[in-house]
Amino acid sequence: MTFQGWILIFVFVGILLALTKPVGAWLFALYEGRRTPLHWVLGPVENGFYTLAGIDPTEEQSWRRYAVHMLLFNFVLMIFTYAVLRLQGLLPLNGLGYAGIGADGAFNTAVSFTTNTNWQWYSGEATLSNLSQMLGLTIHNFLSAATGIALAFALFRGFARREMQSLGNFWADVTRVTLYLLLPICFVYALFLIASGVPQTLAASVDVMTLEGAKQTLALGPVASQEAIKMLGTNGGGFFNANSAHPFENPTALTNLVQMLSIFMIGFGLTWCFGKAVGNSRQGWAILAAMLVLFVAGVTVTYWQEAAGNPVLHALGTTGGNMEGKEVRFGIAASALFSVITTAASCGAVNAMHDSFTALGGMIPLFNIQLGEIVIGGVGAGIYGFLLFAILAVFVAGLMVGRTPEYVGKKIEAREVKLAVLAIAILPLCILGFTAVSAVLPAGLVSPLNAGPHGFSEILYAFSSATGNNGSAFAGLTAGTPFYNSLLGIAMWLGRFFVIVPMLAIAGSLAAKTYTPQSAGSFPTTGPLWVGLLVGIILIVGGLTFLPSLALGPIADHLAMIDGQLF
Amino acid sequence: MARATTKTQTGKSLFTAELIIPAIGDAFKKLHPRALIRNPVMFVTACVALLMTILLVVGGDSLGIGFKLQLAMWLWLTVLFGTFAEALAEGRGKAQAASLRATKAELSAKRLKNGHLQQVPASQLCAGDIVLVETGDLIPADGEVVEGVASVNEAAITGESAPVIREAGGDRSAVTAGTRVISDQIKVRITAEPGQGFLDRMIALVEGAERQKTPNEIALTILLVGLTIIFLIAVGTIPSFASYAGGSIPVAILAALLITLIPTTIAALLSAIGIAGMDRLVRFNVLAKSGRAVEAAGDVDVLLLDKTGTITVGDRQASEFRPVAGTTPETLAEAALLASLADETPEGRSIVVLAREKFHIDTTRLPEGAEVIPFTAQTRISGVQVAGSLVQKGAVDSILKANPGSSEMAAATELRRVTDEIARAGGTPLAVAKDGKLLGAIFLKDVVKAGIRERFAELREMGIRTVMITGDNPLTAAAIAAEAGVDDFLAQATPEDKLDLIRQEQTGGRLVAMCGDGTNDAPALAQADVGVAMNTGTQAAREAGNMVDLDSDPTKLIEVVGLGKQLLMTRGALTTFSVANDVAKYFAIIPAMFVALYPGLGVLNIMGLATPQSAILSAIIFNALIIPLLVPLALKGVAYKPMGAGPLLARNLAVYGLGGLVAPFIGIKLIDLAVGGLGLA
Repeated sequence: MTFQGWILIFVFVGILLALTKPVGAWLFALYEGRRTPLHWVLGPVENGFYTLAGIDPTEEQSWRRYAVHMLLFNFVLMIFTYAVLRLQGLLPLNGLGYAGIGADGAFNTAVSFTTNTNWQWYSGEATLSNLSQMLGLTIHNFLSAATGIALAFALFRGFARREMQSLGNFWADVTRVTLYLLLPICFVYALFLIASGVPQTLAASVDVMTLEGAKQTLALGPVASQEAIKMLGTNGGGFFNANSAHPFENPTALTNLVQMLSIFMIGFGLTWCFGKAVGNSRQGWAILAAMLVLFVAGVTVTYWQEAAGNPVLHALGTTGGNMEGKEVRFGIAASALFSVITTAASCGAVNAMHDSFTALGGMIPLFNIQLGEIVIGGVGAGIYGFLLFAILAVFVAGLMVGRTPEYVGKKIEAREVKLAVLAIAILPLCILGFTAVSAVLPAGLVSPLNAGPHGFSEILYAFSSATGNNGSAFAGLTAGTPFYNSLLGIAMWLGRFFVIVPMLAIAGSLAAKTYTPQSAGSFPTTGPLWVGLLVGIILIVGGLTFLPSLALGPIADHLAMIDGQLF
Repeated sequence: MARATTKTQTGKSLFTAELIIPAIGDAFKKLHPRALIRNPVMFVTACVALLMTILLVVGGDSLGIGFKLQLAMWLWLTVLFGTFAEALAEGRGKAQAASLRATKAELSAKRLKNGHLQQVPASQLCAGDIVLVETGDLIPADGEVVEGVASVNEAAITGESAPVIREAGGDRSAVTAGTRVISDQIKVRITAEPGQGFLDRMIALVEGAERQKTPNEIALTILLVGLTIIFLIAVGTIPSFASYAGGSIPVAILAALLITLIPTTIAALLSAIGIAGMDRLVRFNVLAKSGRAVEAAGDVDVLLLDKTGTITVGDRQASEFRPVAGTTPETLAEAALLASLADETPEGRSIVVLAREKFHIDTTRLPEGAEVIPFTAQTRISGVQVAGSLVQKGAVDSILKANPGSSEMAAATELRRVTDEIARAGGTPLAVAKDGKLLGAIFLKDVVKAGIRERFAELREMGIRTVMITGDNPLTAAAIAAEAGVDDFLAQATPEDKLDLIRQEQTGGRLVAMCGDGTNDAPALAQADVGVAMNTGTQAAREAGNMVDLDSDPTKLIEVVGLGKQLLMTRGALTTFSVANDVAKYFAIIPAMFVALYPGLGVLNIMGLATPQSAILSAIIFNALIIPLLVPLALKGVAYKPMGAGPLLARNLAVYGLGGLVAPFIGIKLIDLAVGGLGLA
């Protein structure tokens, strides 16, 4: 580990902490439906959409209605993308003449982008036309992110409202988030990327003469515009197969830093917005603190492991850290940091190949995903997932102060506990269940590239990534088979919406409750004690569930490496 | 005296042979599937124990029969320890219920019908019947005195042997089945239908027959079921993972892992904690009609406390004579003394004492021929007619009204000024007049109970607000409130005011507790989240409240809140402990289970357990033994000191969270040493 490496990590966290309040305040304005300076320009556009769709943005929706509209919206969009991918061969802007995608592949990709997962079984530049990229995928990059933030708003309202039956209006939330948050930032962001050298063109490719005098075809496309929302909306689906390790996606050290910052920016802001929504910004900071503890711990382990390198290779006379699968442009610190960020959030963009990390270095990204990507997390999804754990933590330990557990003034009772457990249990069910199936069926066993525990890690990582809606790949696994395409598609769908629906039900139940004023006798949900408790509960409940699988995967892998055996 | 009875009852140890032996029998009876299913986690444990027993016979794995036999035995013991804890908690209630039943069986009644007296068994009495109860008789059913006055020994219900007065009309008319009339005779109108009386309800309550899970217990059960499901998934997928690694894990080992991971400790103790919590209240001579009420007590935000008897000692004491219009203090004292000699109330007696102490007036009895004018609620004046002159004492307004001539005079104005001063100082003024002339006022001082100020400070630290309820005027109330250190007060409170205040607090999301005894308290008692009715109170009040204090001590409301909190804390502490235990169990079983697949995983055996089999057995034994070890804690409740939530959480997290992490590492290691030493695995 180097001094510069740590400087990078601290600068990264420092910039985000400085951005937390301004971004949070902007989000809070959207949460409240207040006017922003951008309304002068975009207000008419917003109202135009409502008029066109016949929507009354002030109409309040119950949690059921909110959920149904959200599900319908996402389902229709998924079908749309499925159709675009299937019919790709017949549609325009297909300069390289790619054929339509097969049923299982199109299903997988449609689900993947709808659920903000952006798992890619294919390599973008060799499979998708520019139209598919822009129309089929990029709209999801915006709308799945906006859906996530809208859902977080709905849950915030559940905590903030008193004796009300409604959670806001889904259409208004999605429209405002897209129009006043995602689009403006992405516009500027894309210009910055273009200035840094990222291509933005409708041309499909360019032929260049290499130094050896050979002709090489380089795929091009509207990369910058997709890249911006890929990071900001924690989508992670790259234009190119190499994702953010590709120089056309992530050309410089500065773009690398900005990409990392943009993954976390909205997630940081949402914690502040939550605090503001429930009337006590310290509640938001407490959540952020717990997330940061888990994040910094993760970064430390991965950076340490990667910097320490591989003892087996050292024995052969090499020195230094583990550079396998990493871009020399970024080095160990920026790659380790990127990997922990992208998995802590449900982004899934990569600037290095996680499969090539050391066993424990690669375990942290895996573990981050298995915890449910609640460490900052995906836009919206991170904080609502985290709040589910907060409900659990309050319930387990809250009784110890001798009162019915409360969180930010709302009593946590049987219904909330039931729904929170339901939402949390879906993760191990899908991750472990599907991994178990794949680890014994012949169709599952053909895909891992490596043998032994490392191969097991590849399968485990794939289902963790899909269920957690991360989308990063451990690589190594040949996932483009009908078996994996179908199973991973189902895992992504369950992992997204089977968490969301119970979460919205909790929001509805909380909104209907009266507010319990805080007193000296109330369970303290700010301050170091609470932060420690949250971290403890997340590690025990989240961690213990996955320990057996981790023991047989990365931990066994690591111990074998120490013994001089590599997989 | 009430305290004394409570003490003798609590003094009895929790673990006497007479409680433990029947509990062992009951523990086996509770293995019935219908009883077990009420506790899903223990039901799963029993199923796994059954599976393990079947595996003993079926075989089919490489494990030794002795090892599996031990596993099966410890799994059954885990279940039995749980049922034993519940049986033990129920035991004390059962004994008490048996003695109450015996009382009930011997009840018979003298029913008055059409002017005839007939002897009938108490079970045939219906609401509306009139019965005669004479000296030495037991009251056959709950009812209201309609005629007569009697002293009644209520020891059968309250454990309090001093008799109480029961009389027709007013707030002391309720009588309870099973109590004994020890003097005089009364006619009682029965108010309870057969089988629904107080005694029946008390039997059901102490026995726990009607026990339903409280809201909080239900939520906790759901959480425990959820954790069980998650761990079922975690364990159920291991065979597939192992097969990928080219090996297999015996079912017996997986079963053992599952049982150590699911929260058996808290699940086994959960109902015992609830029963014991109710039982603590019973031993404290408070009957809660539901477990819900006990939980609500822990959540209370506002306490409405009656001034008299709770904040101040019941009786006001004369502390000063304040003459007006040139009267000397001695004259006033002498008149006051005369007017009070026949007054047997504590206030009257305190006037006599003050007059004697201050002015050495040694008149001890009224002169011959003196005629006493008794106090009535209408006149609000008492006095004495002696040697042709009339001495009166009473409420200031009443005295002024009874002596209309005086109200014009300067004396009246001065009296008003003096009485205002007294009120402002937290006292109650009593005016004294002689032959129509105003002499002055007696300063009756409310005496705030010793130590009550500190209690309120404690409550404040716990986040509980105290509101004093009093019939006094606002001036007096403010002064007493300041002296006692309550947060707020409601002066000149009518029952409607009280009800409004409760509603208002509840609208703000706060839970309110109060106590009361009169019929006009009933609506407020019913509205409050925790309503403690005094046992001496009317039937209506006792019906309306969700708790009855058998000692009729309003101060106990504060302790009731503490007991509610203790119940919730015990649950939370043991849940946290149980969940934290899992970490160590993983470190025992994971390496033991997987070391054959990947020998490197042996490094996870940080406790250095001797062999894989010994590690698994030790974890299972620890998991079983921790239940009986925690039974005393579950039954007695965790130590409880009033303090703010922050420090409380810090303390409990350190003890039960950190303790729960560390204890099993030590425990499992020690058991492993014993298992090795005894050659069990």
